[in-house]
Amino acid sequence: MNQKNPGISKGVDWLLVWLYIILVSIGILSIFATTYKEGDSIAQGLLGFKTDYSKQFYFFMVSCLFATFVLITDSKFFTATANISYAIGIFLLLLVFPFHSDIKGTKSIIKLGSFNLQPAEMCKLFVNLALAKYLSRIETDFKKTKSQIIAAAIALIPALMSIAQSETGLALVYFSFFLVMYREGLPASILIVGFSLGALVVATLVVPPNALAITLTAIALITAYFMRRQIKRRREVLVTIVTIWVVCVGVQRFAVPFAFKHVLKPYQVERIFSTIGKDVPEDYVKGNAEQQEDPEKALKKKEAGDYNVKQSKIAIGSGGFTGKGLLKGTQTRNGFVPEQRTDFIFCTIGEGFGFIGSFVLLGVYLLLILRIVNIAERQRSVFSRCYAYGVASVIFFHITINICMTIGLAPVIGIPLPFISYGGTALLTFTMLLFILIRLDADRQMVLR
Amino acid sequence: MSVFNQSRSNIIRLIFLGVFIIIIGQLINLQLISGKYKQLAMNNALFAKVVYPDRGIIYDRHGKAILTNTIMYDLVVTPNQVKNIDTLALCGLLDIDTTEFKRRMVESILKNSRFRPSVFEDLLPAGLYARLDENIWKFPGFDLVERPVRKYPFNAAAHIMGYVGEADSSVIKKSNGFYRLGDYVGRSGLEQYYEGVLMGQRGVKYIIKDNKNRLQGSYDKGIYDTAALAGRGLRTYMDIQVQQLAEKLMSNKVGAVVAIEPKTGGIIAMVSGPNFDPNLLTGPEKQENFNKLFRDVSSPLLNRAIKGQYPPGSTYKPLGALVALDEGVINPNYGIGCGGAYYGCNRPVKCTEHWAGHARNLRIGLAWSCNSFFSSVFRLTVDNPKYRNPRKGLQEWSKYMGAFGYGHRLGVDLPSEDGGNIPDTISYDKEYRGQWNSCTMVTLGIGQDKMTATPMQIANAISIVANKGHYFIPHFVDKIDGETKDDTAVLSRYRSKHEVLSHIPDSSYEAVIDGMEGVMQAGTGAGLPKIPGITVCGKTGTAENFHKGVKQKDHSIFVCFAPRDNPKIVVAVVVQNGGFGASAAGPIANLLLEQYLTDSLRAQSKKEAERVTAINLIPKYFAAEQYTADSLRAFNYFKITNDTSVIKKFMRRERPDTPVPAKEGKQPFTMNSPAMKQKTVLKITKPKPAVTT
Repeated sequence: MNQKNPGISKGVDWLLVWLYIILVSIGILSIFATTYKEGDSIAQGLLGFKTDYSKQFYFFMVSCLFATFVLITDSKFFTATANISYAIGIFLLLLVFPFHSDIKGTKSIIKLGSFNLQPAEMCKLFVNLALAKYLSRIETDFKKTKSQIIAAAIALIPALMSIAQSETGLALVYFSFFLVMYREGLPASILIVGFSLGALVVATLVVPPNALAITLTAIALITAYFMRRQIKRRREVLVTIVTIWVVCVGVQRFAVPFAFKHVLKPYQVERIFSTIGKDVPEDYVKGNAEQQEDPEKALKKKEAGDYNVKQSKIAIGSGGFTGKGLLKGTQTRNGFVPEQRTDFIFCTIGEGFGFIGSFVLLGVYLLLILRIVNIAERQRSVFSRCYAYGVASVIFFHITINICMTIGLAPVIGIPLPFISYGGTALLTFTMLLFILIRLDADRQMVLR
Repeated sequence: MSVFNQSRSNIIRLIFLGVFIIIIGQLINLQLISGKYKQLAMNNALFAKVVYPDRGIIYDRHGKAILTNTIMYDLVVTPNQVKNIDTLALCGLLDIDTTEFKRRMVESILKNSRFRPSVFEDLLPAGLYARLDENIWKFPGFDLVERPVRKYPFNAAAHIMGYVGEADSSVIKKSNGFYRLGDYVGRSGLEQYYEGVLMGQRGVKYIIKDNKNRLQGSYDKGIYDTAALAGRGLRTYMDIQVQQLAEKLMSNKVGAVVAIEPKTGGIIAMVSGPNFDPNLLTGPEKQENFNKLFRDVSSPLLNRAIKGQYPPGSTYKPLGALVALDEGVINPNYGIGCGGAYYGCNRPVKCTEHWAGHARNLRIGLAWSCNSFFSSVFRLTVDNPKYRNPRKGLQEWSKYMGAFGYGHRLGVDLPSEDGGNIPDTISYDKEYRGQWNSCTMVTLGIGQDKMTATPMQIANAISIVANKGHYFIPHFVDKIDGETKDDTAVLSRYRSKHEVLSHIPDSSYEAVIDGMEGVMQAGTGAGLPKIPGITVCGKTGTAENFHKGVKQKDHSIFVCFAPRDNPKIVVAVVVQNGGFGASAAGPIANLLLEQYLTDSLRAQSKKEAERVTAINLIPKYFAAEQYTADSLRAFNYFKITNDTSVIKKFMRRERPDTPVPAKEGKQPFTMNSPAMKQKTVLKITKPKPAVTT
């Protein structure tokens, strides 16, 4: 790097910058498509800071300003301040507890004048920096269990605090950092066990309990039968199989019902069941004390939870192959889908531009993520690589959960679609996340610690 | 260097790719394969009918429904099915002529085409509905269609409940397009404040249409329909019997009544006079009725209980005494000699009592409401040697008033509450160029001068006294049926206790409450009939006031709470131009106490209630002002339309019995114009702050 004339554009990965601009533009256009009313002046609307698309436009301008600041900052700054920024992030999360304001049932927002600050949203940036910093330390030997636990703790402490602020959705995002740890040598078995547990929980909900217990037992017996030779040679194999079987049945029989009865809130239980398309079983309904009400009411409640997903699926499905065109979406423009500008923004694209539009959008997203992975692999310093993987994982996780929720593959969890959903904090966070990566990548010849 | 674990990067890429493929698979399923979603979305063959939910019901504390829904009927016509009917017979039933009939038919065809039904006449009165229902078979193409309408079974609590109206463009804009034309939305009162709860959630019903847009029936047995969720009910603290009694007693009076349960801040009853029947604003003639109410110069639409600003008069005295006791400038034995006026300042402050010893201590001074006593107490408070400066003393006093809920909005769960006025040093600096002392505003000590409060604030301040230092923000709604997290967030402010003045020792409160009991035992309120077995503490108030610079008969104000040791109800009554506190307001409050605490009225109290109801205290100037307003309106109407029919009556100087007849589409003023509304409000509600003699 030319030290005398650093130049802001030197080494910048312009593909990422262009993808970023394209995505934010799609976002503003989609917000425009949902909130624009016939007859409003477009130019006035855009510059007036009254409409939502105009606000998003100004958020974009602010984000560009911050992106520029990031690009003129020395990349050593980010490694140097990683730990401090993490501490600040945690501090902000703690501040929420005494100072939060009551907005729409969430406890995660601090009101600063007319601006809403949501630390749980911003904290993933700090966690990403801190995790990268920790993993890139020379002293860190990531093969050791102790280091793995510390790394997991760095990622999961903010998650726990988000849960305490009743933002389960934002908390789930932090699990995406396990992909980074996996890349840095976390044993694959942990991911596999985690994934299998998830699958088992889902199976518990879908399959009748006795049938599932019988199936699990059958699987265990068949495995034991096929491995009878190994078992004869080594007793431990049998012990392992029996242990796994006991754990599986235990989870299915006791842990999941326990969680549903005592840990999860009634509305969460409803959402989970509405996603897999089943009624909430009576055991779980009765388990929750405040949930005891007559079945008619319970049915009505369920319908209310269903409403969003149903309308969202109708909106996307009615888009067809080519879509109905900009501003012509009947479902999204007539207020059938709630939270249209924020969490369900994908409906606007699905309805207005159809399968082609959605496919192109997913293509742009995939290109962005794979590009980030490629950039990650060309870094010399571990810090930059871990950071890049973190960016890719976080963006990937947001896209997956958000889109899956609108098309009925995941429960309704309120997390935004990166760069597209309406919201200042989210846009700024993703912008910073991406441009710090671009800045680090511009200095990829340097070794950062 | 980064060779380590590099193969894993490919696995991660594969995971990313895999998930995207699953998403695209579901998109193919939704958008390309399963065509039903496409059909569902209001395309040619389907009509998404919005199903309106029933609005929530409002109950009183005994579970009686005060605001419910009822069904009314619209007469609906499908023009192409109208064949060979006896047009004259139908016109006769509807009381219209054939040209009007033709006009409506043409309008229907233009609006909704020949093949689809449109409303021919909406909200039929009961008698007309019965006659039409019998004869409807004679008129093919005409139909009677149900329509839910709000109903007030007790014909009471108009100002509290509010009313619904069609959403206008400003509401639609504010709601970000959530409301659409034709939607009903709460326009005042609880209907407006709890709109989100009462409204429920709209449903969608998919109905197959044919190529002429005729509705054919439910699509696919309705499995894609979303049911409408009825609005949830509100459980209030109100007692509808007390409310009805209060409304009856307030008839032919201008003013307000507020009754609060001090333990919870729940509002038991609230009346603003003149009152009106809320059912006037629901039926077929709601627009005409609204216009009539709106044009009435006595402003029956105005809720004087939270918007009327009155000098609290002597009802302020218990608060003044508490402030002085807490500041340590007096003790309960403090007394003065009063010979009928306070001469401490240049201008004497008159007192209604002349006999010696009526201000010999706090209890007796309060019982006889001695103006001299409280003028002196107020001056002691402001000139408190602790602060060395009356400026600081007045500031401290304002702080106390703020703690008593004066001078700022309380936050009642009704829209557009007013905050009254507590003067600060700035306003006196401005008026007297900084040259003032405790004598300048000595009448603040008897609740006059620049001090004003709403009846709600007056009641709330007394409930702080009854509670000995704490209060809950006065509110109507106790519980919401099926309460959600958001509801709890809204209601939590009403459930938290405000310990504003709990630092004042109980002995001070006891001294003041003793005085208030003395009011009822021997003092200014002793003439009121006693309720057997219940110790009532009260305070009369008589406030000087001016209308357009002319001194009017005093406002009669009365506050009380009972029983003394376990206060269950606080009542504040203001009767404009009612004279002494104990003459007009006192009996009303006393009867309400009896109704609420014993759940009935004794025979003699019933007689008393009839006597009070019959008293007419409507100020004389209303009639003259009504005439002026009507003639001005007629003149403006003439200027705009050149139609002399209305103004003629005024030119001949004949006073019309009824206001200007409301003719459709020809009103010179639009009813919803805020400027118009404000004008009326200002004229009536802000009586000039009383200046002392």
